[in-house]
Amino acid sequence: MILVIAEQRDGKLNRATLETIAAAQQAGTPVKIAVLGSGVDAIAAEVAAAEAAEVIVIDDPALTEYTADGFVLALAALIAAETPERVFLPHTYQTRDFAPALAARVQRPLVTDCVAVTGSGYVRPVFQGKLRADVAVDGAHVATFQIGAFRADAMKAGASAAPVRKASITIDAAKIRQKPEAPFKEAKQAVDLSQAERIVAVGRGIKAQEHLQLAQQLAQAMGAELAASRPICDAGWLPMDRQIGSSGQTVAPKLYVALGISGAIQHLVGMKGSRTIVAINKDSEAPIFEIADYGIVGDLFEVIPAMIAELNK
Amino acid sequence: MKIAVCIKQVVTREWQLRVNDQKTWIRDQDAGFELNEPDAYALEEALRLKEKQGGEVIVCSAGPARATQVIREALARGADRAIHVESDALAAADADAVADALAGALKEEQVDLVLTGLQSDDQGFGQVGVVLAEKLGMPHATLIMEVQKSNGGLRVKRELEGGWFQWVELPLPALLTIQSGINQLRYATLKGIMAAKKKEIRKVTPAAAAPPMQRITGIYFPEKGKKTQIMQGAPAEAAKELIKRLREEARAL
Repeated sequence: MILVIAEQRDGKLNRATLETIAAAQQAGTPVKIAVLGSGVDAIAAEVAAAEAAEVIVIDDPALTEYTADGFVLALAALIAAETPERVFLPHTYQTRDFAPALAARVQRPLVTDCVAVTGSGYVRPVFQGKLRADVAVDGAHVATFQIGAFRADAMKAGASAAPVRKASITIDAAKIRQKPEAPFKEAKQAVDLSQAERIVAVGRGIKAQEHLQLAQQLAQAMGAELAASRPICDAGWLPMDRQIGSSGQTVAPKLYVALGISGAIQHLVGMKGSRTIVAINKDSEAPIFEIADYGIVGDLFEVIPAMIAELNK
Repeated sequence: MKIAVCIKQVVTREWQLRVNDQKTWIRDQDAGFELNEPDAYALEEALRLKEKQGGEVIVCSAGPARATQVIREALARGADRAIHVESDALAAADADAVADALAGALKEEQVDLVLTGLQSDDQGFGQVGVVLAEKLGMPHATLIMEVQKSNGGLRVKRELEGGWFQWVELPLPALLTIQSGINQLRYATLKGIMAAKKKEIRKVTPAAAAPPMQRITGIYFPEKGKKTQIMQGAPAEAAKELIKRLREEARAL
């Protein structure tokens, strides 16, 4: 049996859950789906539309707010009761927060960030997506799936709604050591990159802050906004509100020019919907070329000036 | 506060990856190595906490003999002493084995706080820190962007997805995985490098490893999903062709 752990916040289902259900349906049967929280009947009804043997709800006031300890307690009890061969989760920030502790608690291996299921195991990226690894795992285990690796619309709907059952699991709130406060957003972003028609984004390949000027000149010549991958903003070279990716903004402009960006998945999820993608990188094996329409393999400091000169002709 | 920081040595980002003959790992004999960048942010945060609160920073690394390079680097940046859990088998071990090795070394240290990076640049498990918390019986929080001391514990700012954050309180001892970008990194000074030579690196032999819970059976470059049109030629030529295609074919300019 494959048990999929649904993710929700404030009564809203994370869409990545549907991708994980699709992965489970392709991997084997039967598939069961667990929903955790407090007052989550609507979420349970929503996921019950999927072709699944059962939806199991753990409804407990101690699960109202997400905590790592609460989720580990609840799911360790559920895994002990249901003994699923595999447990599947979407590889979200929330999963990353509790799934390793859960896997260690139930003494199962955890295979993270999987992009495919094979006969004997999984495929996952290593070396920041530059290589793929086939991973074999014996016996009962836990696996998490990279966002976008499976399509939500590939999830099969059931002929009728799957039965929903409440698990008889109660959580001892005194055992939850994390005390969370309400989630919040930082001050409103000054730059809304999602409205930009064209974006020129820089990555590590730009090497030094003073070289940003060159990227800025190219952006100007193209009528584009300047943006960056996470490491550039981490270094303080550009403000955080110009960051594209899973921890920054998600954009889908007409034109996206990636300068010296290798294309880690955290960046790709923020821009892969762009209509035309251009990659300029010295490494012909950089993952960014997997999704680029046009590319130049070369030195940024030779190629960018040549592009500016060409645009200004 | 007594703070332990877990660090890993990885191949440099600039190194052109090559796969070994068995196609099970990289051929890293001639590679350059460096401190895993996410761990550098954890180290920096530990040094800042010590500067504010006083105490001690211990770096701990589980890896082969060559990992001494990054341990020295951490000592040069300001860590007080180091523990090196040394074993060749730890160079490409699974997350559980690495967490076991670190837990074995840290148990007797009775630290108040353990910091790790969010994931490694090589294996990218993103789980060693949290598994270590479980093995040490500590509460944890991940992807931390700010650390404050509170009554009897910590108040930390967790990064959620899509620009959301959340403050979480937790008692000490605790483990935090630090989000990259939490601080600005310092680099080793000449004085620091000299001082590091006198600092203690305690070598620990890990307990016999349990059989791996997961193993890599093959490693390879991914197939390209999309046909990228690569502009050939000298930079000027390639740039000219690219701009022409963007104007006429893609109509993006």
